[in-house]
Amino acid sequence: MEYSLFILLVPMVMFLLLGLLGHKMSHRTAGLLGTLGLAVITVLAYTVAVHYFSAPRVDGKFETLTPVCFEWLRFTDSLHIDFGILLDPISVMMLVVITTVSLMVHIYSMGYMHGEVGFQRYYAFLSLFTFSMLGLVVATNIFQMYIFWELVGASSYLLIGFYYTKPSAISASKKAFIVTRFADLGFLVGILLLSFFTQTFDFGTLTEGNALASMAGKTFMGLSAGVWAMSLIFMGGAGKSAMFPLHIWLPDAMEGPTPVSALIHAATMVVAGVYLVARLFPVYCQVPEVLDLITCVGAFTALYAAVVACVQTDIKRVLAFSTISQIAFMLVALGVSSADHGLGYMASMFHLFTHAMFKALLFLGAGAIIHAVHSNEMSHMGGLRKYMPVTHITFLIACLAIAGIPPFSGFFSKDEILAAAFDKSTFWGVWMTVVAGLTAFYMFRLYFNIFWGKEAEHDHTPHEAPKTMSLPLIFLAVVTCVAGFIPFGEFVTSNGLAYHIHIEMSVAVTSVIVALAGIALATWLYKNPNEKPDRMAASMSGLYKWAYHRFYIDEVYIFITHKIIFNCISTPIAWFDRHVVDGTMNMFAWLTQTVSFRIRKLQSGQLQSYAWIFLMGALVIALLVICL
Amino acid sequence: MRGELSLIAVIVLLFFYDTFGSQKSQKLFSVTACVLLAAQTLFNILPAEAGSSFAGMYQTSPIISMVKVILNIGTLLIFIQSVAWTKLEHVVIRRGEFYLLVLMTLLGMYLMISAGNFLLFFVGLETASLPVATLVAMEKFRHSSYEAAAKYVFVAVFSSAVMLLGLSYIYGVCGTLYFDDVIHRISGTPLAIVGLIFFLAGMGFKISLVPFHLWTADVYQGAPTQVTSYLSVISKGAAVFALTMILFKAFPTVADIWQPVLYGLIIVTITVGNLFAVRQKNLKRFLAFSSISQAGYIMLGIIAGSTAGMGSLVYYVLVYIFSNLAAFGVISSIENQTDKVSMDDYNGLYRTNPKLSVAMMLAMFSLAGIPPFAGFFSKFFIFAAAAEQGFYVLVFIALVNTIISLYYYLLVVKAMFIHQDDCTIPAFRSSCSLRLGIAVCVLGIVLTGLVSVVYTQIFNLSFGMFGL
Repeated sequence: MEYSLFILLVPMVMFLLLGLLGHKMSHRTAGLLGTLGLAVITVLAYTVAVHYFSAPRVDGKFETLTPVCFEWLRFTDSLHIDFGILLDPISVMMLVVITTVSLMVHIYSMGYMHGEVGFQRYYAFLSLFTFSMLGLVVATNIFQMYIFWELVGASSYLLIGFYYTKPSAISASKKAFIVTRFADLGFLVGILLLSFFTQTFDFGTLTEGNALASMAGKTFMGLSAGVWAMSLIFMGGAGKSAMFPLHIWLPDAMEGPTPVSALIHAATMVVAGVYLVARLFPVYCQVPEVLDLITCVGAFTALYAAVVACVQTDIKRVLAFSTISQIAFMLVALGVSSADHGLGYMASMFHLFTHAMFKALLFLGAGAIIHAVHSNEMSHMGGLRKYMPVTHITFLIACLAIAGIPPFSGFFSKDEILAAAFDKSTFWGVWMTVVAGLTAFYMFRLYFNIFWGKEAEHDHTPHEAPKTMSLPLIFLAVVTCVAGFIPFGEFVTSNGLAYHIHIEMSVAVTSVIVALAGIALATWLYKNPNEKPDRMAASMSGLYKWAYHRFYIDEVYIFITHKIIFNCISTPIAWFDRHVVDGTMNMFAWLTQTVSFRIRKLQSGQLQSYAWIFLMGALVIALLVICL
Repeated sequence: MRGELSLIAVIVLLFFYDTFGSQKSQKLFSVTACVLLAAQTLFNILPAEAGSSFAGMYQTSPIISMVKVILNIGTLLIFIQSVAWTKLEHVVIRRGEFYLLVLMTLLGMYLMISAGNFLLFFVGLETASLPVATLVAMEKFRHSSYEAAAKYVFVAVFSSAVMLLGLSYIYGVCGTLYFDDVIHRISGTPLAIVGLIFFLAGMGFKISLVPFHLWTADVYQGAPTQVTSYLSVISKGAAVFALTMILFKAFPTVADIWQPVLYGLIIVTITVGNLFAVRQKNLKRFLAFSSISQAGYIMLGIIAGSTAGMGSLVYYVLVYIFSNLAAFGVISSIENQTDKVSMDDYNGLYRTNPKLSVAMMLAMFSLAGIPPFAGFFSKFFIFAAAAEQGFYVLVFIALVNTIISLYYYLLVVKAMFIHQDDCTIPAFRSSCSLRLGIAVCVLGIVLTGLVSVVYTQIFNLSFGMFGL
């Protein structure tokens, strides 16, 4: 399957082509070119998937393949950085997810971004992102993954700040970059720790056998080195996947163009953290403490984000918090899983797959709405179902899916997650079921506020999105309807053996009832314009205000950075830098200038003195060597 | 011998072409020269087997043939960049001479590197030195050009004399000129030491190590830019390779004598080169001093003496060829167009000639060793090789010097991108060949660093101090 290399090469070439020559192309050419490139690799990715999953199993498992691999940089005999392509069930699944969503976003953007300044640049960055994301998922070793991980962060930065004349976009892009970069520091330290002890970067070597055995007995601050390494690596994942308390960048990242939010901040990049944990899952199984940590972080984030999402008024922010909450679901599923209990792992990957589709659909739908009413605020919408029937239906499907209503895809994957959580303990099961109910509530609050409720005044009548935008919506809606019936357990499981998914009736019925309750509440409150929501907000004004301000987490960050870090750490460092470091450097500079001025006479231009110095130099050296 | 023979064939062919070709067909002379040299490079591109002939006078090995290929690539790039220059009215009558003389010096360098005996080495050295004086005087109507040539001849002869004296001492001590015999018979007697130091001084002239470097700035400034780039890259590179070969083939047993000498030479070379570079306003003179300090970095590979040292040395020279030739390509492009070579003339160049400015910027970044360009990797490898052998202080001094060098390399970038000027060089289109030459160099700067195959390949062919 050497041709899988082209999946990486094509978007990279597209990036170079559009980036370097884009300004000479018309918008149309650039858009078509980018989309064509994506279409090619989508076909390739599907071919890889079909080939891979149709190949005979060995010992009941799909073989792990590395069709391309070469050594890039060798540090020691055992430690070297390779570049290659790793194909195993999860990476092949990710290839399919990324190319599908990316292709839809490429097509959609031709309509959405029509006429924007920097259209070619936009497509160049999209290609760069796709390249980096694909490189991340097929990485054969943790260092390659790290390189592409950073590339993904960089391209996300570029795309969030696409409207670089808007101050809010600039600060959002900086925030996203700095927060994720901070998390990546942990990731890097974790990688170094892990590779220092295990003497390998390679995923194959890390995940087979007892990789952490070499770290046994090494402790630091009461925790074993293995726990430190894997927690730090998880920190990188938590940053990218916007887990509490590193989630603060994701809502702001909505400043980027909406298709970008659909691609990067809903379907692909933000699940990199989940993918990372899944990729290293056999290693995580050796440190159950870290898995518990992941469960706790995930469960708390899921609830927190769901509560915040209930009161936001910017539709993209609602979706952003819902994304955070759903990714937390996936991490909880991984956290409650273990080596001999792989249901959660499978559920997590399944949810990743279905969520990518319906969340991209939601974002693209939101984009169509924003395109129509030129605002992100719910209060400027309402009653849109009459004007935008396609968007309405597809959005509704996605809402039903995320709420977990059968037979849409979200029901199946979320049901598995809840079952896995109940398997671990009833506490987590109940907790996650509550969050699922909240999910149904805030999604339908969003839905009714947009498509029903009071009709806002519009400057012009809202119109249905153009074909380039509605076709991706329809396609993703169809996928959302049928994806639940994919026998996912046959393909992706923690130990590679096929797992037959069965619906656990008690869990399924409970979750559906809770979801329906959430929907019913939302219907009662928001379907028709009335006073109830305001009254409810007033009766719980404290909670409402806190949730509306996202529990003041951003303010806490500002306090910590501005008051504590700036004053207590940065100021002394700045003083040291200005006086000691700069002073040393200035001394060097002064010394250099002075000496170079003094010795300039040596270079007199006179031949006699040249010859004299030449000879004397040789003689003095000879004398020195002989005498010393 | 394949390399030498095919090079001689190229020279003979070009000689006949130049002598008997009609006026009209001469138009293709430059292109023919480039094509022939390219063909010769391709013909020899596979590493040759180790072997020797003429009773050990001439020796070859895979790394030696690799080194020759690298020199060839550099020469070819200079040829490509020279096409436009050789079309200028005052040069066109001497076009044949330019190409032939350069190729002859290249032949001399081949012999220097492949020598197994001091006699053949010296013949090679002179073949590589004397024609250069003619090249430097190529624009003899210019006062500075023939002044430079006169200085060059004088210093070259002087240094040859010193070196010959040193070699005669070595002959006197050892009774032989064959490297294979010298290695066993030489010892640390004062006479042998003087011989060795005088030999080093002679090589120091070619590599322009301080204090044997004083001719460099005047000659680099006066010579035509194409010749300057040849001198600073190929001539220097070949001398470094030859010195490496001889130190490891003939003098490994007295390493404890020449290692401290090199240690001191490296420190003064890097430092003095940098200190002078800081003050230069003329870009050619500026690059002369920058090339002096670069030579100091290259010598770190020799002093390390390990396989890693050799590999990183060859790699450094390769990267240095690309970086320096990119810079010289830009300089000659602007010089051809406007006759300006001062740093102030480059003010605001980015506004009018963005592509040239970016090429120049990349060259400067690579020379300064900023990642991810090739110059970073070459510096990294060579420092690592030296540090591995325990030369921590030396590496530290070299590192401090890279900071100083960053300052003056960035001065050029600053002039082009930040400074504004009323009389900025207007936008122009350089000749096709020059653009090709610069583009190849820029590609080299970007790719040789990232594509690990290059380094691995060189590394695999390298040898260490006692593992010829």
